[in-house]
Amino acid sequence: MKKNRIGGKIGKVIFFIVFMVIVIFPFYYLIISAVKDPRDISMMPTELWPSRFSLDFFENAFIDHNLLVYLKNSVIVSLGAMALAILISFPAAYAFARIKFKFKKFWKNFILVSNMFPIIAVVTPMFVIFRNMGLLNTYWGLIIPSVIITLPQAIWTLISFIDTLPYDLEEAAQIDGCSRFQSVVKIIMPLAAPGIFTTAIIAFITAWNEFMFSLVLVTRDSMRTVPVAISLFPGQYTVPWGDMAAASVVATVPIVIVVLICQKKIVSGLTSGAVKG
Amino acid sequence: MENALKVKKKRLSREARDNITGYGLIAPALVALIVIGVVPILITVSYSFQYYVLTDPLNQHFVGLENYITLFKNPLFWRILGNTMLFAVLSMLFQLVLGFAGAILMSKAMKATGLVRTAVLIPWAIPGIIIAYTFSYMFNDQMGVLNSILIASGVSETGVSMLTSSAGAMLVVVLADTWKQFPYVALMLMAGLQTIPEEYYEAASIDGATKVQQFFRITLPNLKGIILIVLLFRTMGAIRIFDIIFGITGGGPANSTSTLLYQAYKYLFGDMNFGLGSALSTIITILILIISIIYMKVLKTDEGRG
Repeated sequence: MKKNRIGGKIGKVIFFIVFMVIVIFPFYYLIISAVKDPRDISMMPTELWPSRFSLDFFENAFIDHNLLVYLKNSVIVSLGAMALAILISFPAAYAFARIKFKFKKFWKNFILVSNMFPIIAVVTPMFVIFRNMGLLNTYWGLIIPSVIITLPQAIWTLISFIDTLPYDLEEAAQIDGCSRFQSVVKIIMPLAAPGIFTTAIIAFITAWNEFMFSLVLVTRDSMRTVPVAISLFPGQYTVPWGDMAAASVVATVPIVIVVLICQKKIVSGLTSGAVKG
Repeated sequence: MENALKVKKKRLSREARDNITGYGLIAPALVALIVIGVVPILITVSYSFQYYVLTDPLNQHFVGLENYITLFKNPLFWRILGNTMLFAVLSMLFQLVLGFAGAILMSKAMKATGLVRTAVLIPWAIPGIIIAYTFSYMFNDQMGVLNSILIASGVSETGVSMLTSSAGAMLVVVLADTWKQFPYVALMLMAGLQTIPEEYYEAASIDGATKVQQFFRITLPNLKGIILIVLLFRTMGAIRIFDIIFGITGGGPANSTSTLLYQAYKYLFGDMNFGLGSALSTIITILILIISIIYMKVLKTDEGRG
């Protein structure tokens, strides 16, 4: 009996280790590739722990590939997308959570479905329209379309968050003579701040990782975002794996750190909407 | 009498006020989603009935169903439809297995839950295109991890060239997508696991059921709803996949990893054939719409039960 239990425990530990290796290895390999010495990047067999460390690839990424320009573009577009998502989603989420109005169920479902719109069918006319309006190669030309990928998730995350706030407080404030607007600003907003924060992070990361809009709606190199820029590092005959790894590390490590710090909130944010309970 | 009337009038006006406030608050979101989502999709549908080649702009004209007929007559369409389905089934299988592993590790049963929960979010936070390049580097035949292991361990002298064979390339694409998507599957399944009462398992172990039996008799049946939702979500994910394929194979070798959406992208922004590409995009939109409707139905019955 006891032997069995020890066996079970060892099994669990092995299961745990294998799982963690699968989850972490690709990211780990990306990072160590970025800090390898350029002479070792195509070594066979590959080194799982670099024998020589170097920052050469980072230098290449920043100097030869102008990474700073792309980073700036990504930051501006993602911040813009985030602000727009919060600004539009908060009032909508409040209405869905607290106010009774006609066809509410229908519009809620519409927002759920809009989360699944195929981007390919959206981006084509947008390319034509933006070209005519001169919005290609502009920040607004990337911030506006991002709404379609950030907004539905933002609304759902905020609805499920506002749902958890007690209604009595608001009611009490309204009985005491507060208008609905005042009660929202004075009571709901401060209480919902953590929810808004989570929604903002998720929206920022969604925009930061976005690929197809940035690929199609930007044709000028100086306006590209980081993911698209990295995809254009490979030349005709060579793929600069090290430079790409270094640029990828710069683009992902700060995000991963933020995610790890806020992991609990993000988990609850991401699972809202799709599944109840 | 007068009082009652007054109350009624007040209640009615309250209802009307709520309607106005409600619509006022959701209006910006609805306008945004309609203008940026629905309208472009409708324009795409209208393109699909036109001869519309960007390099031949003066010749744009209505052609009826011609683009669709061209698509259906091309063996490539059936090939990429098959690829899309194969990709969907394989990635779903991988993601469910890995997702369950993650969900079980994250649920209360084990220590180190926080660690798993944290690690599981890493793939979610990384752009698909970066995951794509990381995987194509790991499976590179000249310098990748896979071949390093195969050669160093003596399993193979020259290693395997995954990305130049159809099956190998498909497998790498599936693995990369699995790595990116399984955290989401794991999180959803975990949310489901937490709704199963602990007493079920206690009763089962008193009756002498093994862990494996408990998994198949208690866990799986209770998660039926969520698994169905995950399957629908992942089917949509498989139809919508783009950056992973763009970065790893570009649809190759010989279209073996090209999906409906990837081919639509090639028609649209490779050949600049907006008519043909829009027809394929419209087919994709219809598929997504059908799955969304099924999803709504599932969600509704799930709610009814709970």
